[in-house]
Amino acid sequence: MLSISGVHTFYGKIEALRGVDLEVGEGEIVTLIGANGAGKSTLLMTVCGNPRAARGRIVFDGTPITGLPTHEIIRMGLSQAPEGRRIFPHMTVLENLQMGATISDPQYLDDDLERVYGLFPILKERQDQRGGTLSGGEQQMLAIARALMSRPRLLLLDEPSLGLAPILVKQIFAVIKEINEREKVTVFLVEQNAFHALRLAHRGYVMANGRILMTGSGAELLANEEIRAAYLEGGKQKQ
Amino acid sequence: MAGETSADHTPIDAQELFKEAGATALVVFALCFSLVGFKTEDVPGGLDIITRFDDVLVATALAFIGRAALVLLRQGYPLPVLATALPVTILLIVLHFSDAVFSTDTAAVLKRFLPFGAPVIDWLVTILAAVFAIRAAIARQRAGSTMTTEEREKAMDRIGARVQRAARILGPLILGFAIILPFLPMADRRILDIAILVVTYIMLGWGLNIVVGLAGLLDLGYVAFYAVGAYSYALLAQHYDLGFWVCLPFAGLMAATAGIILGFPVLRLRGDYLAIVTLGFGEMIRIILLNWYEFTKGPDGLSGIPRPTFFGLPFTRSPPEGVETFHSFFNLAYSPTDRIIFLYYVILVMALATNLFTLRIRKLPVGRAWEALREDEIACRSLGINPRNTKLTAFSIGAMFGGFGGSFFATRQGFISPESFTFIESAVILAIVVLGGMGSQIGVVFAAILLIGLPEIFRELHQYRMLAFGAAMVLIMVWRPQGLLAHREPTLHLPERPPDAPRVAGAAK
Ligand SMILES: Nc1ncnc2c1ncn2[C@@H]1O[C@H](COP(=O)(O)OP(=O)(O)O)[C@@H](O)[C@H]1O
Ligand SMILES: [Mg+2]
Repeated sequence: MLSISGVHTFYGKIEALRGVDLEVGEGEIVTLIGANGAGKSTLLMTVCGNPRAARGRIVFDGTPITGLPTHEIIRMGLSQAPEGRRIFPHMTVLENLQMGATISDPQYLDDDLERVYGLFPILKERQDQRGGTLSGGEQQMLAIARALMSRPRLLLLDEPSLGLAPILVKQIFAVIKEINEREKVTVFLVEQNAFHALRLAHRGYVMANGRILMTGSGAELLANEEIRAAYLEGGKQKQ
Repeated sequence: MAGETSADHTPIDAQELFKEAGATALVVFALCFSLVGFKTEDVPGGLDIITRFDDVLVATALAFIGRAALVLLRQGYPLPVLATALPVTILLIVLHFSDAVFSTDTAAVLKRFLPFGAPVIDWLVTILAAVFAIRAAIARQRAGSTMTTEEREKAMDRIGARVQRAARILGPLILGFAIILPFLPMADRRILDIAILVVTYIMLGWGLNIVVGLAGLLDLGYVAFYAVGAYSYALLAQHYDLGFWVCLPFAGLMAATAGIILGFPVLRLRGDYLAIVTLGFGEMIRIILLNWYEFTKGPDGLSGIPRPTFFGLPFTRSPPEGVETFHSFFNLAYSPTDRIIFLYYVILVMALATNLFTLRIRKLPVGRAWEALREDEIACRSLGINPRNTKLTAFSIGAMFGGFGGSFFATRQGFISPESFTFIESAVILAIVVLGGMGSQIGVVFAAILLIGLPEIFRELHQYRMLAFGAAMVLIMVWRPQGLLAHREPTLHLPERPPDAPRVAGAAK
C-alpha cells in the first residue's frame, strides 16, 4: 500500500534520512522504532510531503506521491496524527473533529462522529470543551480521532504514547488495534515505546541515524537480543 | 515578570543594578550628546549652533532611573518602583494640566519643571512613568495575591466570555440604539457625522477582523484596499457616469482582486514578515495614487464624486428640470440632514452586512479553516487544507470589505486624495481590531467607539490621540496580547442525542 524506496531527506545540509526502504502492506500494522533523533518523524513527514524527499520514491496505492504538496497527498486517502498532537487548542473537541473531516463528504459527518466517539467515548463527553484544556491522554485521543475523520485507508501515527501514563498507553494501543481490525485501516506507527509497539504490530522496522537497521515480524524483533538491549530496557516489565 | 526570586530571600543585587543602569545611561548619553546636545538654528546671517546639555543630562538621568526600575522589577522589588513611579506620574500629570488649575503665572513657573519642555516628549515620559507604576502595581498584586499569569488569563477569559454572552443581549440593544439614533433629539448634524465615522470604522474593523482576527494574518496595509475601493468608485463614476449602487460591487471586486494580486506572492510569509510586506504594499498603493497623475490626478485628488441616491432619487434642493428628488417625491420639506441620515443608514447596513457575513462564514468550512490556520498551520496541512488558497480567500474577502468601505468614504466625502489613505489609517483600524480582541465582533464596536468616537466628541483629546493609541497598544501587548475581549465562542453545538442511541462503531466506509 505504501512503498518507500531509497529516500533521502535533508534539513539544509543535515541529512536526516540516508536512503530508507520500507513497505507497508494493506491491512497491516507496521511500526517503526528507534532512538530519539533517528529520523522517524522525518520519515513520516517526508511521506506527507513536508519536507520533500531529495531523492528516492514514495508510492501510495500505486500512485507516486513524491514531491506532491501535503494537502494533495492527504486527499489520496492517507491521514496523519503528527508528532506533538497538534490539536487546535482554542477550538472545541467537536470543532477539531470537524476540521478533521475537511476533505470528506459532509454527508458522512454524523456517522463518522459516532464512529470515533464509539472508539473514544470520553471525547463525546468532552465535545464542547476546548482542545487546549484536555488532558494529555485526551488530546492524543482527539488527535487520532481527528485523523480518522477523513476516512483514511492508511493512518500514520507519530509517537501516540509519548508522555502518557502506562494505563493510557495500553488503552490507546488497544484502540489502534481496534481501528486496524474492525475498520480495516492500515496503520503505520512510529514509536519509541518499542515493547508495546512491537507486540501490537505485525511487522517492525528499526531505525538509527537515518537508516533502517533491521526489519522483521513483531515477535522476531521482540525476541532479538540486540533490540532487547538497545530499545527494551525500559519496557522489560511483564505485560 | 515578578521575577523568580522572592523579596524575602534575596537582597537587591546592587552591583547588577548599577552596572545595567549605568551602561544604559552611558549609551543614552553617547547617543544624545551629539544628536540632542547640539542644534543648528537659523539666525539672521546664517546658521548658529545652540547647545542643549541640560536636556542631555535629563535624558541620561531618566534612562538611568528607568533601567534601574526595570532591574528592580526583575529582581522582585516592585514596591520601590511603585513608590517612585506613582507620585512622579501624578506630579507630571498635575504639571501638564497646571494651566487649568492654577493662575497663568504660576502655571508658567510650574511648567518649567517638566523634564524637557516639549509637550510630546513630556507626555511620553509621563506615560512611561505610568507604565512603570502599573507594571509595579501588577507585580506587587501578583506577588501578594498569588494570582499567576495563567489564572489572570483565565479570569480575563471569563470576563471575555461574559461580555460575549452579554453581547447577545447588548448587541441587539446597541443595534436598536443605532437604528433610532437619527431620530433622537440629541442627534444634530455633528453627532450624526461622528456616528457615520464610527460606524465606518466599525465596518472596516469587522472587515480587517476577518484577516487578522480569524485568519491570523497580520495586515498592516489594509488602507490599500480602502483606497482601491474609493478610487475605483470615484473613477468609475466619473468616467462612465455610473451611480454609487452600480459601482459598489465593482469597487469591492477591484479591492478583492487587489487583495489576491498582493496576497499571492506574500502569503507564504509569516507573522512579522507578512506585516512588514503588507505595510510596504499600503505605502506603494498610496505612492502610485500620488504619482499616476493622468489617471488619479495625483495630489490634487478627485472631486465631484457623485452622492448616493435613494433608489434613484437624489438629495438635492433644486434639481435640474424634470428630475424628481427625495423630498419632492415624498412630499417633504427639503432638509439638508436628510442626506446625512441616509448616509448613516447606508453605512449602518453595510456594516451589518459585514458582520452577518462574518458570523455566517465562521460556521462554514472555509471560515473554520481560517481559524484553524491561525492556530496551527502544520496541523491544517496534515488535514488536507491548502494553506495558501485558504489564506488568499481570507485576505481577498477582507480586502473586499475594505473596498466597500472605501467606496462609501468616497461618496460621503465627495472628494478623495491620497492623503486620506496614509499608514495611520491602517494603524487605527488595526488598533480597533487588536484592542477589541482579535476575532471579537462586539469588541470591535467598543474599540471603535473608544478610539474614534470619544476623541471626536472631546476635541481637546484629539491632539494626544496617537500618543494614547501607542500607550494603549503597549499596555495591551504587555498585559493581554490576544486583545481585551478575545474569547472564542464555539461555532457549533450538536443537539444532545439520547444516551441510548445506537453506536455505529465500525461503520462501513
Ligand atoms: N525542522 C528541522 N530542522 C533541522 N533539523 C531537524 C528538523 N527536524 C528534525 N531535525 C533533525 O533530524 C534528525 C531526525 O529527527 P527526527 O526525525 O525528529 O527524529 P525522531 O523522530 O526519530 O526522534 C535529528 O537529528 C533532528 O535534529
Ligand atoms: Mg519524533
